[in-house]
Amino acid sequence: MDKSSEASKNSNTLIWGIIFIIGAIMLVWSMSTSRTGQVWVTPEQHAFTADADGKYSATDTPSSGDIEWVTYNVVPDSELTQEVIDSGSVTLSWSRTIGLWLAAIFTLFILSFLVGDNPAYKFAEALVVGTSAGYVMVIGIWDVFVPLLLGKLAPGFVQTAFLPGMDVSAGTQFLYIIPAILIIMLLFQLMPSGGWISRWPIAFFIGITAGYRMIGYVEADLVAQIKAGIVPLWVTGENGFAFWASFNAVLLTVATLSAMIYFFFSVEHKGFIGKTARIGIWFLMITFGASFGYTVMGRIALLAARLEFLFGDWLHFIPSS
Amino acid sequence: MKRTVPLIIAIIAGFVLLIANFIPYAEGWGLKAQEWFNILAVGAMILGGGNLVKLHLIKISGQRKGWGYSAVTIGCFVGTLIFGLFKIGVHPNEIYPNVGWSGYYLEGGSGLWWIYQHMIVPLTSMMFAMLAFYVATAAFRAFRAKNTEATLLLVTAGVVLLGQTYAGVWLFEGWLPESMQWLRFDHLTEWVMNIPNTGGTRAITIGIALGVVATSLRILLGVDRSYLGQD
Repeated sequence: MDKSSEASKNSNTLIWGIIFIIGAIMLVWSMSTSRTGQVWVTPEQHAFTADADGKYSATDTPSSGDIEWVTYNVVPDSELTQEVIDSGSVTLSWSRTIGLWLAAIFTLFILSFLVGDNPAYKFAEALVVGTSAGYVMVIGIWDVFVPLLLGKLAPGFVQTAFLPGMDVSAGTQFLYIIPAILIIMLLFQLMPSGGWISRWPIAFFIGITAGYRMIGYVEADLVAQIKAGIVPLWVTGENGFAFWASFNAVLLTVATLSAMIYFFFSVEHKGFIGKTARIGIWFLMITFGASFGYTVMGRIALLAARLEFLFGDWLHFIPSS
Repeated sequence: MKRTVPLIIAIIAGFVLLIANFIPYAEGWGLKAQEWFNILAVGAMILGGGNLVKLHLIKISGQRKGWGYSAVTIGCFVGTLIFGLFKIGVHPNEIYPNVGWSGYYLEGGSGLWWIYQHMIVPLTSMMFAMLAFYVATAAFRAFRAKNTEATLLLVTAGVVLLGQTYAGVWLFEGWLPESMQWLRFDHLTEWVMNIPNTGGTRAITIGIALGVVATSLRILLGVDRSYLGQD
């Protein structure tokens, strides 16, 4: 390593060290003067009693044999005063407090990538992959697999165990054995041999996607966009000819047609076609510029929300959202 | 068996959906096919999960570089599955309080909710937010008004960026005459989005739609068989 890069690395370490120390001091100061990183909750009792028909209804005066549980509502920071805490109506939620701290630490772990790839970022990355994959699978199983597959093959069991409100009048629908078999065939992809068996469900996927997308794109994109693009170029209002409205209509049509001509590669882009395609590129550049502007703003809004979380919900330096 | 049957399945499945759109009698077939598609999509998720575990277990067993992170990934994956599938911390639905598993899996205060709120949301949103830094630095390096196209891109991006902030209004406050108010960045942004941007986006959308239709037709007519693999 040469001297200049070593000096740069040392100054980086020094800068981040100073930032870390300042952050730690601010955190300690905040914790000593306020309820930094604490989540307080109020308990809410739920009780249900059965009538003679065995139907349950909510009750305010639970007795033995009734079903009861407690949920907790977060007390907003603005309502949390020392008097409220002293009154005993609120309690510190350890699970949510730990969650808040972890959320803040994980946010900082991701932010640490700005310094360079590091173990904290890699750890956070591993967390994202694991939790996201598990979360998506849980959603799929509870929202689709249980009601649409298990609910069709074993409706009685699903109604008794998971979905009491489910309609079971259709009874067992044996046709749904086919998607169940296709799922098993799909899992053959994990086997060392016999991977070709998974081609059947994959082919089903491809076929459905092709049919579904074709109809969807023709209806929603092709026909709808062409229809929306056919507008009067000579616009009149209450006072006769409307110049700006007509100008915009002409510009919109020119933009659409010229940009489409740019994508038309079957004809060489020379002469009139070439000039029109060039105008098309200009409009496409404006479109990309606008998309870029929107994307950057979206990301900055997300960043602002995360900073609001760190400085508001966690550190209480600003009013929490 | 290895190639012909899948080809027939793809063609039939695709045409069933097409026919279902044109013949009212067959409407139910299309709905059923879509339902099966959704079920199979969950099967694909399970396959994805299985593959994730398999790959990371191989990495752990071989103690390859970074195997500790693989252990974290598998731990989080299995943990999330356990909390979500067993509905840990979920109370029964208030309409059916006697059915223990009738509650919503993402109920506030439940295990899966805790993981989502305190792990998935901060981690993923911060990852996306980080792009703000990289997009900004990339733009600083890449945006040079070298020619007409680059200038148009640069100016439009600048106008749209400023037009969405208070600066877009504040910069023109107090000095711009009423008749020239359309020059304000927020007004210009609105015009850019409604006219040139709509035109460009419309052309791209129509192009994509034509491409999708062509690709779908190639699959449905059996011309494109790339999804069947080589052997």
